[in-house]
Amino acid sequence: MEANARDNTLLDVRALAVEFAAPRRGLRASIGRAPRAGVRVVDGVSLHIARGETLGLVGESGSGKSMTALALAGLVPKPGRIAGGTVRFEGRELTSLREAEWRRIRGARIGFVFQEPSSALNPVFTIGSQVAEALEVHGRASGSAARARAVELLDAVRIPRPAARADDYPHQWSGGMKQRALLAAAIACDPALLIADEPTTALDVRIQAEILDLLAELRDRLGLSLLVVTHDFGVVERLADRVAVMYAGRAVESGPAREVLAAPSHPYTRGLLASRPGATPGRRLAAIPGSVPDPAALPRGCAFAPRCPERIEACDERRPGATAIAPGREVRCLLREGTA
Amino acid sequence: MAMVEVRGLEKHFVRRAAPWGRPTRVTAVDGFDLSIEEGEIVGLVGESGSGKTTAGRCLLRLVEPSAGSFAFRGEDVFAMPPARLRQARRQMQMVFQDPESSLDPRMRAGAIVEEGLVIHGLGTPAERRGRVREMLELVGLDANRADRYPHEFSGGERQRLGLARALALAPSFLVADEPVSSLDLSIQAQIVNLFMDLQQQLGLTLLFITHDLRLVRHLCNRVVVMHRGRTVGAGPAADVDRLWGQISTGEPAGSDLEFRSPPDRRAAEFEI
Repeated sequence: MEANARDNTLLDVRALAVEFAAPRRGLRASIGRAPRAGVRVVDGVSLHIARGETLGLVGESGSGKSMTALALAGLVPKPGRIAGGTVRFEGRELTSLREAEWRRIRGARIGFVFQEPSSALNPVFTIGSQVAEALEVHGRASGSAARARAVELLDAVRIPRPAARADDYPHQWSGGMKQRALLAAAIACDPALLIADEPTTALDVRIQAEILDLLAELRDRLGLSLLVVTHDFGVVERLADRVAVMYAGRAVESGPAREVLAAPSHPYTRGLLASRPGATPGRRLAAIPGSVPDPAALPRGCAFAPRCPERIEACDERRPGATAIAPGREVRCLLREGTA
Repeated sequence: MAMVEVRGLEKHFVRRAAPWGRPTRVTAVDGFDLSIEEGEIVGLVGESGSGKTTAGRCLLRLVEPSAGSFAFRGEDVFAMPPARLRQARRQMQMVFQDPESSLDPRMRAGAIVEEGLVIHGLGTPAERRGRVREMLELVGLDANRADRYPHEFSGGERQRLGLARALALAPSFLVADEPVSSLDLSIQAQIVNLFMDLQQQLGLTLLFITHDLRLVRHLCNRVVVMHRGRTVGAGPAADVDRLWGQISTGEPAGSDLEFRSPPDRRAAEFEI
């Protein structure tokens, strides 16, 4: 198993924790004496991505899925910090890297595309120059060579007439086209891993499908590994080999995407899948009652217990550990402990 | 005659590239037709920039339409004088897409829900307080939180607060503009269920503006498809995929048309 993992593993995350310093409260706080307690927004998340594999990271807002992705690219915003765990990428430990070292990996070995294509592009530079910049900052090309390569990249993401279009400014392009341009910049330096955080959420339905197809095509053609962060099981269905479902900062269930979608084990995954519209028109949806807990005030036991239809008394007392329920499948639920 | 009959709705905005520039006309809605029977939920779908939000706002005259007619129970809303329009708005309410910007952050939840009742001079203060509690409970919010401010509620709860405000006047027609698209899946299901309950219990008539075809299939009785400001198709909600497919076939993927951004929303500031 270890030898196999060494050959094939691109990214191995163990027990990752991201913590934010909580705001000080009260009188002692105002004179700066109160100890700062950390709020854990990512707590003990383990993930594994093989070369060429696609992992879907699913969760609702506040689940910690985006923060996990940011941590993997060394982009946790202050006052947040990685508070524990290890991230091994291409055999290298990333959590201890300094910013200067990060800059050689981020954008070069790990590409990143974000949810909102408009805010990721600078309005005063041409699209072509911004794709070329991705090459220039990593010393891959400069001047007219970078420009020529940028046009090739725009062509690779299926921009029609890329040589003419490269001189356009971002406002001249629609959201879907801008997302393609950002993909071009993200793959410019041949990364091994592409992290896409809600890459289609801000786009129209038809454009969403096109971007997902493009992601799959680039992955297969360039041999990329893909981490797709999403709230949409449709995206998982379309792209992912494996899936990890997050709730309140923890990965509650993970496994092969097809198996998890067909037979979800954790009550939260089941609830989410059942709340999708469409199965029977006009039927009441199986909504999950209540809402996501505040990360600063998590229940002592299982974070999902207050909303869980299968809750037993022990759920309020003890945090469930990871249980392997099938090859490659893990779930954190007291009810599933001892079933393996 | 249907409860809601919209014919030939148009909305133009005037836009200037610069304050001294020559004004140009931007057409947001250009021939929108719609009819809704009492007690029906009709989905309005279209790509971003297709004019569906502007059309919805025109119905309640939150923006003034440029042309067309809207017969609500036989009376033309677009021709109503201001006093009559205010009365009619008791019957027609809107739920907005973004609960963050449509709730006054300085007003308490209870006051937000009560405001419409005060404006229309309905009930005694005690009756109004009772109505507020009833509405909060109807949308699944704890009535004891009526003295909280909007920021103390989560996104899903704020969306329900907006819904409670709209329902407080017991409107017979509700326009809901992407009321669940900013919500998480588990919360979205709660709101969708609530709309279905309201239709069954109160006979609510609803125009549900969305880009989510699955929600249309699930929640709506019929669907109207908008493209570039016009109604281009209408039919049973089950046919939404076919109707939607029609607007997509005209433009091959990756064509130059796709580059064009939706009409500039800032244009809305310069109305004619």
